[in-house]
Amino acid sequence: MIRFDNVSKRYPGGHEALSGLSFHLPRGKLAYLTGHSGAGKSTLLKLVALIERPSRGNIILDGVNLANVGNRKVPYIRRNIGVIFQNHHLLYDRPVFDNVALPLVIAGYTHREIGKRVRAALDQVGLLNKERAEPITLSGGEQQRVGIARAIVHKPPLLLADEPTGNLDPELSLEIMQLFARFNQVGVTVLIASHDLALIEQMGAPMISLKQGMLVRDGVKETIHGQA
Amino acid sequence: MARPERSNSSNQKATNAPLQAWAVNHLRTFIGSLGFLSRNALSSFMTIAVIAIALALPAGMYVLVGNLNTVSDGWDNSARISLFLKSGVNTDQARQLADKLEKYSSIAEVKLITSDQALQEFTRSSGFGEALKALGSNPLPNVISLLPVINSQKPGQMQGLLNELKNLPQVELAQLDLQWVKRLYTMLEIANRAIWIIASLLGIAVLLVVGNTIRLDIQNRREEIEVTKLIGATNAFIRRPFLYTGFWYGLGGGILAWILTSLAIMMMDDDVSRLSSLYNSSFQLAGLGFSATLNMIFGSCLLGLGGSWLAVSRHLHEIEPS
Repeated sequence: MIRFDNVSKRYPGGHEALSGLSFHLPRGKLAYLTGHSGAGKSTLLKLVALIERPSRGNIILDGVNLANVGNRKVPYIRRNIGVIFQNHHLLYDRPVFDNVALPLVIAGYTHREIGKRVRAALDQVGLLNKERAEPITLSGGEQQRVGIARAIVHKPPLLLADEPTGNLDPELSLEIMQLFARFNQVGVTVLIASHDLALIEQMGAPMISLKQGMLVRDGVKETIHGQA
Repeated sequence: MARPERSNSSNQKATNAPLQAWAVNHLRTFIGSLGFLSRNALSSFMTIAVIAIALALPAGMYVLVGNLNTVSDGWDNSARISLFLKSGVNTDQARQLADKLEKYSSIAEVKLITSDQALQEFTRSSGFGEALKALGSNPLPNVISLLPVINSQKPGQMQGLLNELKNLPQVELAQLDLQWVKRLYTMLEIANRAIWIIASLLGIAVLLVVGNTIRLDIQNRREEIEVTKLIGATNAFIRRPFLYTGFWYGLGGGILAWILTSLAIMMMDDDVSRLSSLYNSSFQLAGLGFSATLNMIFGSCLLGLGGSWLAVSRHLHEIEPS
């Protein structure tokens, strides 16, 4: 699903966030991306979501080399990715329903279809009774779940999450992680950046560990080789 | 809790009908942008009012000049030449001259106003009767008023006739009353050109007002734009509400400009009819007219759209998710 081939990213000013990174996350897998802050986790996710472009190397996403994706095609690639942020990125001028509906509105779904799918997504994150609520009135955990509902409402084959539990207490964090695991069980490929090692160990999924922009451990490869 | 399910077929439902998606999106934005304007009713109205005033100004001038044109339209057909005869020419001699002039092919009508008739008329209409009586003798000359045959193909002909009449021995002064009509026409032409210059300048002002308003809208909705780009919105999708908003500004401004112009005409109409009745005329102030109104509203919509396009093309690509 995601294949990095000797990818480097150097930001203007000279800071090299990733250097010569190669790994492969097969379709239908869930993996955690770990490392200290500044290790390059966010940069990696940004490269996949085409927010940044690599300085060197190739990224293959679902069989498509992202280097060949022109700026005009970027939106269509992004529609196949659900992105979840630490700070939710919700729009606070509209109720929960409208926030979750946004990806469907962009794709031009009909009104009826949107209603159905938004309620299904809210049901999956346990917020069905909050669809008319204003996001600002929700707790941090609830806001994060609205963000997740928005990321999955159009059923993308890939979910990216950047520190989704960063601001949550351990209990809520576990719930959120379990939610991701459930999406993975039905075939969605999931990549979660997190530095909460205790929580990740509890979940028991493979880890891709970064340190100063370099791969220090590829848990996905290990599991595949371990099975082989 | 319901199981999330992943299916490609449901994803394709939207992409299989791009035309439908396009239409749905347009309809949604069409209504959504109206909703946006109504939520910000006061500031929207102020923008629309600025556009309306900017457009109503040249529109009002256009109406005014148009009316002056119709008023003066009949005048060149009634261009008369007045021959003021020398004081030594008596009434009989004047009558003979009038008879002679009547035979000219280039003269359609001859009317003799004797000095006595002129005096009576003047006494009656001017109110200076007493003063004239005090003069003892009649100071007014005999006047022959003639209507030349107008041939618009030969503008020089009139001048030739005028010169010929001037040289008659009995004539003191030959005056073509057309001169001032010509001057008026020239002035109207200048006014017309001035209207277009003013209209162009104010049109640019409308463009900039809309552009600036939309630019502020874009800045206020920066976060929304970033988020929607991040979840796969195309530039066209993001541009659309702003373009519609600009269009609504233009349409609203155009309609309000029409209302303002019509109101101004209604307010002046009474005074104008009173004035024209003083001239024994049944002149009625004409409005902007259907096609001019349509043109103005259409042009206003274009300006609104153009202004928002300017803002959107300049500022939207600056906003990228980071």
